[in-house]
Amino acid sequence: MSGHHVTTTINGDSVEFVCEPQESLLDVLRNHLGLTGAKEGCGTGDCGACSIELDGRLVCSCLVLGAEAEGRKIRTIEGMAKGDKLHPLQKKFLEHAALQCGICTPGFLVAARALLERTPNPTETQVRYWLAGNLCRCTGYDKIVRAVLATAVEMKQEKRHAA
Amino acid sequence: MPLEGDIAQRKTTFKQIGTRPIRPDGVDKVTGRARFGADASAPGMLIGKVLRSPHAHARIRKINTAKAEALAGVKAVVTRDDFKDRNDALRDVLVNCMARDKALYDGHAVAAVAATTAAIADKALKLIVVDYEVLPHVTDVDEAMKPGAPILDKTMFTNNVEPKPTKPSNVASRCEFALGDIKAGFAKADVVVERSFKTEATHQGYIEPHACLANLGPDGQGEIWVCTQGHYMIRNTCADLLGLDISKLRVTASEIGGGFGGKTTVFIEPVALALSRKSGRPVKMVMTRNEVFRATGPTSSTSMRIKVGTTRDGRITAAEADLRYQGGAFPGSPVELGAMTAFACYDLENVKAVGYDVITNRPKQAAYRAPGAPMAAFAVESVIDELAKKIRMDPVDFRLKNAAKQGTKSAYGPTFGPIGLIQTLEAIKAHPNYRAPLGPNQGRGLASGFWFNFAGQTCTTLNVNLDGTVALAVGTPDIGGSRASMCLMAAEELGIGYEQVRTIVADTSSLGYNDVTDGSRVTFASGLATIMAAREVIKKMCARAAKTWGISADAVTWEDGQAKPAGSNAGNFKPMSFKEIAAASHSTGGPLAGHHEINADGAGVSFATHLCDVEVDPETGYTRVLRYTIAQDAGKAIHPSYVEGQFQGGAAQGIGWALNEEYIYGKDGRLQNAGFLDYRIPVASDCPMIDTIIVEVANPKHPYGVRGVGETSIVPPMGAIANAVSAAIGVRMLELPMSPPRIVHALDSRLKKAAD
Amino acid sequence: MARVMLGGTLKSLAGNTPVLEVDAKTIREVLDRVGEVYPSLLPILDRVAVAVDGQIYRNQWFAAVKPDSEVFILPPMAGG
Repeated sequence: MSGHHVTTTINGDSVEFVCEPQESLLDVLRNHLGLTGAKEGCGTGDCGACSIELDGRLVCSCLVLGAEAEGRKIRTIEGMAKGDKLHPLQKKFLEHAALQCGICTPGFLVAARALLERTPNPTETQVRYWLAGNLCRCTGYDKIVRAVLATAVEMKQEKRHAA
Repeated sequence: MPLEGDIAQRKTTFKQIGTRPIRPDGVDKVTGRARFGADASAPGMLIGKVLRSPHAHARIRKINTAKAEALAGVKAVVTRDDFKDRNDALRDVLVNCMARDKALYDGHAVAAVAATTAAIADKALKLIVVDYEVLPHVTDVDEAMKPGAPILDKTMFTNNVEPKPTKPSNVASRCEFALGDIKAGFAKADVVVERSFKTEATHQGYIEPHACLANLGPDGQGEIWVCTQGHYMIRNTCADLLGLDISKLRVTASEIGGGFGGKTTVFIEPVALALSRKSGRPVKMVMTRNEVFRATGPTSSTSMRIKVGTTRDGRITAAEADLRYQGGAFPGSPVELGAMTAFACYDLENVKAVGYDVITNRPKQAAYRAPGAPMAAFAVESVIDELAKKIRMDPVDFRLKNAAKQGTKSAYGPTFGPIGLIQTLEAIKAHPNYRAPLGPNQGRGLASGFWFNFAGQTCTTLNVNLDGTVALAVGTPDIGGSRASMCLMAAEELGIGYEQVRTIVADTSSLGYNDVTDGSRVTFASGLATIMAAREVIKKMCARAAKTWGISADAVTWEDGQAKPAGSNAGNFKPMSFKEIAAASHSTGGPLAGHHEINADGAGVSFATHLCDVEVDPETGYTRVLRYTIAQDAGKAIHPSYVEGQFQGGAAQGIGWALNEEYIYGKDGRLQNAGFLDYRIPVASDCPMIDTIIVEVANPKHPYGVRGVGETSIVPPMGAIANAVSAAIGVRMLELPMSPPRIVHALDSRLKKAAD
Repeated sequence: MARVMLGGTLKSLAGNTPVLEVDAKTIREVLDRVGEVYPSLLPILDRVAVAVDGQIYRNQWFAAVKPDSEVFILPPMAGG
């Protein structure tokens, strides 16, 4: 068994690890690096619970090999809050009760952030289709969609205040 | 019982109940810090994996594990020989966790290994040689009941039929609930509709696969970390199956990533403990999604016949149901609950519901949200809808005219106390959704539903800290925000801030036994125990204040979070706040704590009515849900956001059950869609906003009026959606799911019929 | 005398009996009387649910039964 030595950046920190060739990036994050915020709901890219960003692209980390992380920039749920300051999406998810069991929540938050960074003023339909790759079995999506839309409004207002 | 008197102390005005504070576990869950089943690890940990039967039905002649055991890195292999056989009620549970003489379904566990890495464990599974004698199988409920069907268990003779059967059968038992005389009732009917229905099995579809970390030493002492709806259930069942003392097994419930009834039993936990005991190392087991679908507990598939008769002016004269539910390879399908709930929404003089519990070569069903009720409700509500159309009566009015209310003798026997079905119907009728204009290919449907709600064994401890904050320990895993509700109830009772209470789910060694988080029981039962524990603390605090003031304890009252002299006769003392009494507690008699244990009853039956509009594409058979509105009786909503969430979540699961989700078995008896790609649960773009109306008809058995809310919400959706789809396409849909191929087929048959 | 009725499976187990009149002050006493009359029910009587005047109890031996109570003995029930 020969491992791959990988150097990568996770949430701004330089990280090195050794992984087996068949190990997914999700396995590496969870089992080697202790970053268990990304969850495995299916292992086949269908549920989105393992969503992360790889060089700014939203991906299912269960479909990426650990070895592919070499030289890339990774963002996970663990890097979303800045110190003790929650990201506006995290705050709105709490205010809107947009989670029940919470297993899908990290994936939804990472996916929703990727949406708002590309589309700051999404319509309800845009939110629903963008998040269609993330499964939630508890909420019926109503409160999740509302939380994302409310975040967009708030972030726009904050931007206006800053300007 | 003291309970009655205490509940008489009912509260109807609230400071905090009904507000929407942020849940105490919220920040952990939005930052990725919350630890779920698969998020734990231990030094020296091995990875456990299960070898599963590829056959739907096969005799296991021999299992050879020698090669697997010899593989470097493999530390233990277990098979049926490592679990002592038994003859009691737990035998089916044991056999479901590890097959004995036969593999009874595709995915049935046959052996398990623990190895130093997942890759080695996978390799070891391939080295286990199982000698199978493949047997004929049956997976369909109607096929399984036919004479000549492959028999799963030659020792099973149908219970409760006369004369006693002389031949074994796949029908485990028959049950019947009846009132009045249905023959006479149908004779009085002007219009009778009789229809047959089928529903496919669906899975709870929790996003978190089953996971546990087990550690069992040679001294018989052990621990498990596990995602479950009931860690005491895990403890008691595993201790029994492995021959351990209950006290020696400590179970900690992780955060749980959904359950919906599917995590109310054991699957991998006894296996992980056996592997740990054999290897002397901690063993972690995490199911794959494929395993979750093939080898946990989906709900029953069903076949049903419903007959209902009404007078022209809309009074139902008789109702009859034949229900056949297959519950997988073991008896215990929820058909009896289906028979009890089928007509519970109606005030009927003549009613009869018969149920058959059938076994097939499928995984052993587990509870799924109001187990047994949704299928029967789909069938009954479809017939009710058709009758309303036939007599040209508004479907809400038809239901109102026959609705169960306080004093109605329910179809399953007991007489209803205060219930809110009529209020839910009236709320739906008044909602703008009921009058929204419909376009071409669009249809509207509604349906009502009922669930009992249960309470059960509950035990709660409330500890007061020196700074006036409170640590509340409950024993019911929090599956959808219940810690927030517990904090609210404790804070309300004690007159302190919500933020001052921290609720945790205690492990099995720290708190007395608690039933599983099921039956919509937690906010009711753990809430009741929390309120009682808080009242005990208040009593003690009043006594401490009395001692401090040198007056008698009954001269002190509690008001707004303060102990006060009861009147001017008691003396003139400055009230002592919760915080002050807490701060002085170490000098006034020691730590302050309240505790309550109860076998709670009276969770309060609950009714809901759902309304939905759909549009069906006649070319593809694709159905889009346009609008969805729910009215449900919650008794009293403690945290309305999470009550709404329960309503909405049930509706979304119902949308999946109605339109897409189904277990598809091949001719070989193997599950063909064991993954989220092919077993498609609703995604955000499949759902509209789901409007909710919380009806509050107080439950007299709870101090705040709470009723369970978790399960009722999945009872009406299939009927509501089926009625909407049938209205949109002009063909009555009789099978679930109403997937595009089934709708296209229904439309083609209608065209063919028209052409003929 | 409280009127006791059997529901579902229990009814057939007991041979489709009609109403039973029993002299009992608690659920435990009701169950004991029913067990005496229908020994075929004994294996299941510890797990049944019992509705007294519309209120469903599970495992509540000491819940009160009044002389005019209507008691339904129902099969074991659980939710999800």
